[in-house]
Amino acid sequence: MKYFPHTPEDIDSMLQVAGLKSMDDLYGEIPSQLLFNREFALPEAMSEAEIRKFIDSLGDKNGKLVCFAGAGVEDHYAPSIINPIISRGEFLTAYTPYQPEISQGTLQYIFEYQSMICELTGMDVTNASMYDGCTATAEAVMMSVAAAKKRNKVLLSATMNPKVKRVVETYAKYNGIEIETVAEKDGVTDIADLEAKLQGDDVAGVVLAQPNFYGIVEDYSGVADVCHAKKALMIMNVNPMSLAVLKTPTEWGADIACGDAQSLGIPMNYGGPYVGYLACTNSLVRKLPGRIVGSTTDVDGKRAFVLTLQAREQHIRREKANSNICSNQSLMALYVTIYMSLMGSKGLKEVNKLSYAGAHYLADQLVATGKCTMAYDKPFLNEFAVKTTVDTKTIQAALLEKGILGGVRISDDTLLLCVTEQRTKAEMDLLVETVKNL
Amino acid sequence: MIRNYDKLIFELSKEGRVGYSLPKKQVEGYCMCCGLPENLKRESKPELPEVTEFDVVRHYTNLSNKNFGVDTGFYPLGSCTMKYNPRINEEIAAHHAFTGLHPETPVEYAQGALEVYYNLAASLSEISGLSAFTLNPYAGAHGELTGLMIMRQYHIQRGDLKRTKVIVPDSAHGTNPASAAVCGLQIVEVKSTAKGTVDVEDLKPLLDDTVAGIMMTNPNTLGIFETEIPEISRLVHECGGLLYYDGANLNAVLGKCRPGDMGFDIMHINLHKTFSTPHGGGGPGDGPVGVREGLEHLLPNPQVKKSDDGKFYIATDEKSSGYVSNFLGNFGVIMRAYTYILTLGRENVKMVGPLAVLNANYVKESLKNEYYLPIEGVCKHEFVFDGLADKSTGVTTLDIAKRLLDYGYHAPTIYFPLLFHQSIMIEPTETESKETLDEFIAVMKKVAKEAIENPDVVKSAPHTTPVRRLDETTAARFPKTTYKQMKG
Repeated sequence: MKYFPHTPEDIDSMLQVAGLKSMDDLYGEIPSQLLFNREFALPEAMSEAEIRKFIDSLGDKNGKLVCFAGAGVEDHYAPSIINPIISRGEFLTAYTPYQPEISQGTLQYIFEYQSMICELTGMDVTNASMYDGCTATAEAVMMSVAAAKKRNKVLLSATMNPKVKRVVETYAKYNGIEIETVAEKDGVTDIADLEAKLQGDDVAGVVLAQPNFYGIVEDYSGVADVCHAKKALMIMNVNPMSLAVLKTPTEWGADIACGDAQSLGIPMNYGGPYVGYLACTNSLVRKLPGRIVGSTTDVDGKRAFVLTLQAREQHIRREKANSNICSNQSLMALYVTIYMSLMGSKGLKEVNKLSYAGAHYLADQLVATGKCTMAYDKPFLNEFAVKTTVDTKTIQAALLEKGILGGVRISDDTLLLCVTEQRTKAEMDLLVETVKNL
Repeated sequence: MIRNYDKLIFELSKEGRVGYSLPKKQVEGYCMCCGLPENLKRESKPELPEVTEFDVVRHYTNLSNKNFGVDTGFYPLGSCTMKYNPRINEEIAAHHAFTGLHPETPVEYAQGALEVYYNLAASLSEISGLSAFTLNPYAGAHGELTGLMIMRQYHIQRGDLKRTKVIVPDSAHGTNPASAAVCGLQIVEVKSTAKGTVDVEDLKPLLDDTVAGIMMTNPNTLGIFETEIPEISRLVHECGGLLYYDGANLNAVLGKCRPGDMGFDIMHINLHKTFSTPHGGGGPGDGPVGVREGLEHLLPNPQVKKSDDGKFYIATDEKSSGYVSNFLGNFGVIMRAYTYILTLGRENVKMVGPLAVLNANYVKESLKNEYYLPIEGVCKHEFVFDGLADKSTGVTTLDIAKRLLDYGYHAPTIYFPLLFHQSIMIEPTETESKETLDEFIAVMKKVAKEAIENPDVVKSAPHTTPVRRLDETTAARFPKTTYKQMKG
């Protein structure tokens, strides 16, 4: 077996040093009824060539579809150089940077990641990354409850992605946090309902989405004041790609920004790995979970980076911890750091412009078929909802026959479509043509 | 040369440089700048670097040279199972037929991906002796939290709402109490005996009708097998609680005994430890959670199932503990672990634990004259020294760890478990050869000798690393966590 270096002679001499007679003696203290004595019902070992063929055969059972689906996961361009860099063994096979003297590579890229996330969101501080956008939002909710004194209610806007919402609700249920939904009106958060639900003076935080689940860019003017007047924190779940052009959470007056950074060039990969981000204002830094990297110097005065503010972390606080997160999603943080470096502000803005143009063209063309109308008359970037005269199941089935993943069904008559810079005019026209012919 | 590289990517920036190529605009008109209302646009410009593709390649290649991975050298980090991360796993995870799948892809178009998920879950069931697995949790800590949610949901569904305590041994990983707290449970600590195992006599009075369950690692964090586990299982089940197995140390018993057979009801596995997926500098990992028969419906949604005609589908169960992830976990990591199991096959899986345990005992016995071994006897995959045997030198565990860096090794886990003051926790894993271990043993002996003959060289270590000991106090007192803050 190529992963086991032991020769029979090695085993004999090592057993002798250990003062043991046989390999069985290594488990001699274990009650015999606990020892596993039959063959595993697993396949026999495969060679690399066999594995490649086998995985190819499984891959053949997947379809290759042109993607117009979004709902939190977008088909953006992945620059070729990222995978070779993150596959370098020095990054790939390192553990968490507990020994900073030999982990400056990891520590520095996390510092760069933190710097870039703060540039995008406008926030003062961020941690070294989270598992995904759903769990980052759940952590933001727990942060708001930990920061508030004796409040355990959090409001979620109805316009949030339901996939994020259900994870937040799960965490909240076991953590003892009460979740209430703020109603939506014409596809956006109903601010009057938000104000009404803040009247009890018992809300720790309010979670809002940007762009929201329907792709709409919501106008949150004045919302921060509404929240802060009632001593509730304003939490925004934001697609970081959009932040190259949209008003930042800080500019809206939010206290915490969170979300999934998959849109920063990470392949869709059937749901993961992606990377969540969680950023906040300076006043909340002691409540921020997870790892944080700071700059410092070594004994020779050289610039260096180190895990810092560790007194907040689970392994120190143990049962007093507000979060149990140990690690981060480090390699994927490196991924998006490289992506943001390559793109720069200009490139990110360009991606938004191309996606915007495609999405608005597609929307207009779909409306022109007479089979669709815009579900909401509101500004959007690259994702939008349409009302359809034909059942959305029928539409999606017809599109699948043309090799198109036709968006995400919201209901029998509402379809959510997403366009990225990767979609060509021909692909969009084929989608429109197919809908038209129904 | 490489050592001295100390630029940040921001410091390479020059206005006007770009590192990307994008497609041409596909349609006329549709200008975002004119279309988007002004009050929705950002006012400030994000200051990201402006660099070329080549700048980026060279920068991160140079950064990687300041890092130490399993590929670089021996990494005896206790409880982290730093085994070899095979490259075939990486190749398979990057397979184009899988990486382009959107999670909303209809199941008929994702049968291959679902089969990978289903097969890995089934393999983990067989290996661990439990009935069913979810692969949705993203990491070990996340698996723990998911497992505890299942435990709570089990009691909630039985209408037994007073069970809010979870028993945790004093040797437990720090994450155990933190996960329990996040899950709304109170922690009760059970003591260890002088031999390092759970004190059954101390456990007995803790067991009442407020106990939701117990969390254990077996072998525990001292690398010692809890031989009284059948009795502990009987006692905890008798009082109505469940047994949770923290799979951090599963590598020790892989192929030799199974948590399900020990009486555990719920467990998590760290794919990035036991099943060879890379740690990635702190993630992404994956933390599958398994349950015994009768608890399957409590696994989080969505769940992957197989119908009678052999087709795979995605199901949701309303009795489930809830949702813990965006979709089906870190799918790319699942691909890697599945590849590892295919490579090992049934004939090699059973050798992982024994070879890992052999390596650990070999190192332990070879070093116990120089380092103080507080608990004698056969260990499992790891063991703990309580500092140097000679306590007169003033050389601490931290000093030893730092000195090892000079000799080209990653340090062991230090100051954990908390049962000893100078813990040095060593886990060699099965993929290390006798020669590698012999060299490590020789260096450990040399450091012990240096501690006596020239303690200052150890106390001031490391000397040869890209940077030396860091000023952590200033970093925490005046935190500078972004480039902007650093520039002032």
